[in-house]
Amino acid sequence: MNIVVLVKQVPDTEAQRQLNPDDNTVDRAAVDPVINYIDEFAIEEGLLLKEAHGGEVTILTVGPERATESIRKALSMGADKAIHVTDEALHGSDAIQTAKVIAKALGTIEWDVAVAGSEATDSRSAILPALLAEALGVAQLTQARKVTVDGSTVTIERVTDTGYESVQGSTPAVISVVEKINDPRYPSFKGIMAAKSKPVTTLALSDLGIDAGEAGLANAWTQVVSFENAPPRAAGQTVKDEGNGGGQIADYLASKKLI
Amino acid sequence: MAEVLVLVDSADGTVKKSTFELLTAARSLGEPSAVVIGAPGTAAALKDQLAEYGAGKVYVAESDDIAGYSVAPAAEALAAVVEQASPAAVLVSSSPEGKEIAARLAFKIGSGVLTDAIGVDADGATQSIFGGGITVQSKVTTGIPVVTVRPNSFAPEAAPGAAEVVAVSVTLSDAAKAAKITDHVVEEKGSRPQLSDASVVVSGGRGIGKADNFSIIEDLADTLGAAVGASRAVVDAGWVGHQLQVGQTGVTVSPQLYIAVGISGAIQHRAGMQTSKTIVAINKDPEAPIFELADFGVVGDLFTVAPQLAEEIKKRKG
Ligand SMILES: Cc1cc2nc3c(=O)[nH]c(=O)nc-3n(C[C@H](O)[C@H](O)[C@H](O)COP(=O)(O)OP(=O)(O)OC[C@H]3O[C@@H](n4cnc5c(N)ncnc54)[C@H](O)[C@@H]3O)c2cc1C
Ligand SMILES: Nc1ncnc2c1ncn2[C@@H]1O[C@H](COP(=O)(O)O)[C@@H](O)[C@H]1O
Repeated sequence: MNIVVLVKQVPDTEAQRQLNPDDNTVDRAAVDPVINYIDEFAIEEGLLLKEAHGGEVTILTVGPERATESIRKALSMGADKAIHVTDEALHGSDAIQTAKVIAKALGTIEWDVAVAGSEATDSRSAILPALLAEALGVAQLTQARKVTVDGSTVTIERVTDTGYESVQGSTPAVISVVEKINDPRYPSFKGIMAAKSKPVTTLALSDLGIDAGEAGLANAWTQVVSFENAPPRAAGQTVKDEGNGGGQIADYLASKKLI
Repeated sequence: MAEVLVLVDSADGTVKKSTFELLTAARSLGEPSAVVIGAPGTAAALKDQLAEYGAGKVYVAESDDIAGYSVAPAAEALAAVVEQASPAAVLVSSSPEGKEIAARLAFKIGSGVLTDAIGVDADGATQSIFGGGITVQSKVTTGIPVVTVRPNSFAPEAAPGAAEVVAVSVTLSDAAKAAKITDHVVEEKGSRPQLSDASVVVSGGRGIGKADNFSIIEDLADTLGAAVGASRAVVDAGWVGHQLQVGQTGVTVSPQLYIAVGISGAIQHRAGMQTSKTIVAINKDPEAPIFELADFGVVGDLFTVAPQLAEEIKKRKG
């Protein structure tokens, strides 16, 4: 089974993330980039599927040149090879454009399942996997907390508010996984060394037959018009419990008409 | 005035509050119309509730197929309604499923999609990003705005609507039937409101010490009719299910009132609750970062303060 794992590089959430004041896009230079946290679970799930069913794991990333750092990390966890779509013209693309690019990139290889994380920490939109399934016209098996493959049938447990739904489709399928589906492995020293020589194919938009006029900020279907730093929350009141802390909270809630 | 479509979210014959919020928001943009998509018989129970919140029309797309497959059929049915109604915008609740439906709809109709809005206008939306640190004004430049709105962003206001039922017939494509729902399992069905759109949330953190003590959080929540939530530490310890995790890798909540009990307030937790209207914290450590954003904080032992608060609330409610 050939498995593709979709990995996004994002600004580290531990740092103060910013937008570029000149074009309102995510400032990817200001903060150290990392692999989107949940994508580590997607990589692990891809590796587990390979261990159970054979085949290869290919990492697919759309992003700036610097995303190679994240690709190497994914390879050092055990993935076999990678595709890196990178092009100046991609800067400022929105989710729909990115989904189209990923769909085209998947068209350059043989694959059975594409495994994504459920949500990226920068966009927090959690829509790319659904968009990709829509673009490709294949099964959308998203928000999975469990993935089972039997021949060409893929069954997942899709997380709901109250439990889960079993959802089933045939390959090729787009899967997204939630945090806690597994325990992502750490790269071993051997893995880190091996990753250095694993193949990474770099593709530009022209290699995918995508016109620069369909990509990037100027052609996105959505645009950030302006932004401002949210005013810090006005400093509240903190009291030390002297035996009536609960009562004081109740007083406060009553004064705010919350009870 | 052009119609503004609102995708209806319901459970067991009851329209969710988040849908009333969307109908209220839609009134500022045009004529609100509700869209009910589901198994046969879904709309009948919902119609009167939708009329109460101003739905002029109720588009109804119902079939066993629509209910039997995941996400894609709803997007296809909604696209059929868009075709019929030529709306000025489409509003969907910002749940994981709502976002996926909105995204697929936008792709189909060639429109931009904005997620997690906290405000809407004729061109687009206001969004709060990076865990509440930055507020952005976004617009849709191609097609009509397809916007998912975060629950609790609008106060629902009743207004009479005709709720004229318009049946929509949908023949699903094969692609829409690619992901079949084979089972539906309810693991925790309590009487408490759902976390993501509750008006009041009481969350417990590692400070509660052990699984059994989570009842302190539940008891307090019940006096307020609140949903319960938890920090990741509590989820990782296995004291509660992942569904209750609030934060960057859990649910984002934006309730009227958020009470954090024994939670330190790590940046990843704050990312999921920072936009709550009022924040109250109980923590024994005066240096805990949660106090930086609390409107009212008590430095004290949660084992005495939380039960005392629950008692006080009960007393005042009489
Ligand atoms: C990539 C990533 C993603 C993450 N995503 C999330 C997320 O989505 N949600 C999330 O919550 N966290 C998330 N975290 C974890 C986060 O960094 C914190 O570790 C976590 O929120 C801490 O939970 P806590 O506040 O319950 O525990 P702690 O930080 O251990 O805090 C416990 C608090 O309880 C107080 N306390 C102890 N005993 C008492 C008592 N008797 N009375 C009163 N107070 C008491 C202590 O003073 C302390 O402040 C994430 C971390 C990473 C790296
Ligand atoms: N530029 C990208 N390159 C590769 N994968 C991506 C990219 N953007 C999003 N993804 C995948 O889609 C998931 C959801 O992202 P999002 O819809 O942005 O929240 C991520 O966890 C990734 O697996």
